Amino acid sequence: MKKIIVMLVMLTAIATMVISGSSITVKGSDTLVRLGQRWAEEYMKKNPGVTVQVSGGGSGTGIAALINGTTDICEASRDMKPKEYKIAEKRGVKPYRISVALDGIAVYLNKNNSVTELSLAQLKGIYTGSVTNWKEVGGEDHQIILYGRENNSGTYAFFKEHVLKKEDYADRTQTLPGTAAVVNAVEHDKYGIGYGGIAWATGVKDAKVKKDDNSPAVAPSLATVSNGTYPISRQLYWFFNGKPTGELKKIVNWALSEEGQKIAKEVDYIPLPQEMALKGMVK
Amino acid sequence: MEKYHFKPKSKIKEFIGRKFIAINAYASLLAIILIFIFIFKESIPIFTDADVKEEASVGKMVLKQHYYPDRPAKWSWQPNSEVPKFSLLPLFIGSIKAAIIAMLFAVPLALGAAIYVSEFASQRMREIIKPIIEILSGIPSVVLGFFALIVLATILQKIFGFTSRLNAINAGIALGLAVIPIVFTIAEDAMRAVPRSLRDASLALGANPWQVSSTVVLPAAFPGIAAGIILGFGRAVGETMIVLMASGNAAIISASFTDSIRTFAATIAAEMGEVVFGSTHYNVLFFIGTLLFVLTFLINLGGDLVLVKLKEKLQGKLS
Repeated sequence: MKKIIVMLVMLTAIATMVISGSSITVKGSDTLVRLGQRWAEEYMKKNPGVTVQVSGGGSGTGIAALINGTTDICEASRDMKPKEYKIAEKRGVKPYRISVALDGIAVYLNKNNSVTELSLAQLKGIYTGSVTNWKEVGGEDHQIILYGRENNSGTYAFFKEHVLKKEDYADRTQTLPGTAAVVNAVEHDKYGIGYGGIAWATGVKDAKVKKDDNSPAVAPSLATVSNGTYPISRQLYWFFNGKPTGELKKIVNWALSEEGQKIAKEVDYIPLPQEMALKGMVK
Repeated sequence: MEKYHFKPKSKIKEFIGRKFIAINAYASLLAIILIFIFIFKESIPIFTDADVKEEASVGKMVLKQHYYPDRPAKWSWQPNSEVPKFSLLPLFIGSIKAAIIAMLFAVPLALGAAIYVSEFASQRMREIIKPIIEILSGIPSVVLGFFALIVLATILQKIFGFTSRLNAINAGIALGLAVIPIVFTIAEDAMRAVPRSLRDASLALGANPWQVSSTVVLPAAFPGIAAGIILGFGRAVGETMIVLMASGNAAIISASFTDSIRTFAATIAAEMGEVVFGSTHYNVLFFIGTLLFVLTFLINLGGDLVLVKLKEKLQGKLS
């Protein structure tokens, strides 16, 4: 009996020494999660002693995890709110924000919808519920079916702030648990409209968005988001607790490097302009 | 009586053994009580804290509210708005709508199956059908939700052409699939427990098998069937994953079943991950959790009491 116990203790000690290497937890934005996972894969291939675990849940979930101390890196598709900065301070967490990629929020329309362009004002009217029929924006006579994200989503928050100008979404907005679900819903619903990261728009078409009635309608793409002509674009962030050091510093500098940004382009995210990437790197 | 002479060692072993089993029994009871206490504790600020009551007192959660001076009063659930809105009425109506559709779909099917299996099926058919229906209860609810989201919604859209693809009927039917095994198992047991003597007596008086089932067995088994329906309803109210995926989650108040709904359980599942610890939204979510706990507890308690009464009746304790 004693012999077995001693053996077990020794085996556990050896196992923990072998398995520990370092591990990095990444939690947060569903928009960023695809990119986070690709980066994690490539980084782990290049650095065999490190494990990087990536999960989604929404920007809000990631920020809450950073504040609660349950993640190393928080992925977020929006900045932290002042309320969240205050609570972080109370908990002794110092959020350190680094932009890691650019993104445009595409407006998804069903491929069979006759409407192809919308102005920002029309989008606001549609999503706050004051515009309820497609014929009001140049389409068929049918109710507009609104699809959106849950309120823990950074995409939800960004769209609300910049397109809805902080007004509430219409009560009728159906909330779905991720951008993939929104795309799936619009794909199957001729009269649906949805929003989400550009990288996810397969099977649906992107609406061309005009800043106001007199501007040209711009389709979201790598070029138009990088040069700022697409009206709904944003930065995607990684938040740390304090300036990153050690393994965390290595991974964020790698993600901002040419190699990391090339991978971002491969998965349909918009890479940062070079000066911005260099500025963001941690010295 | 002779006193047996036991060795001291085994007396201690027996004492420990008995106490250990007793602890296990009380542990489950303790777990339920503690869960309730901790959930309720996080919602207490709704009743005591002035800041929280400003946004979400019990009155504000139930009655129509005037959120903006220039717009009409309404019930609205928008916890992350500039002006946070915490009305529970849309969520309550959503939960009830989903449960009603689930019961309307599940009860006729489950009762029909129970009557067939207990009265008319041969032994072999019974051995095949009963386990298959009970397999339905083993399907994870996330799988049913996924099925409703992708397959069922498209089918219903093709047949009925609803405005909203994800609506109360879609979620209700998927919920019904989860409820059928519960109602079926309890109803079938209740019908089989009806004494043979009752059946034989009515056959002897000249009734045919269908008349025996409908006029003698069903009324006799009614308390058990009622218990099954009550327990099924409890399951329908508390079910989370299916409604989260299949109902569209739009918090609206409407009489139509073809509109999207948002239920209590789905709200907690969707919003608990991000909520800022200790905020009003956090307190309200725990309050919803307490409500759900109490609601399903009372429903299940009611169902179990009916079952106990039924057992006593059949054992002759009550007349």
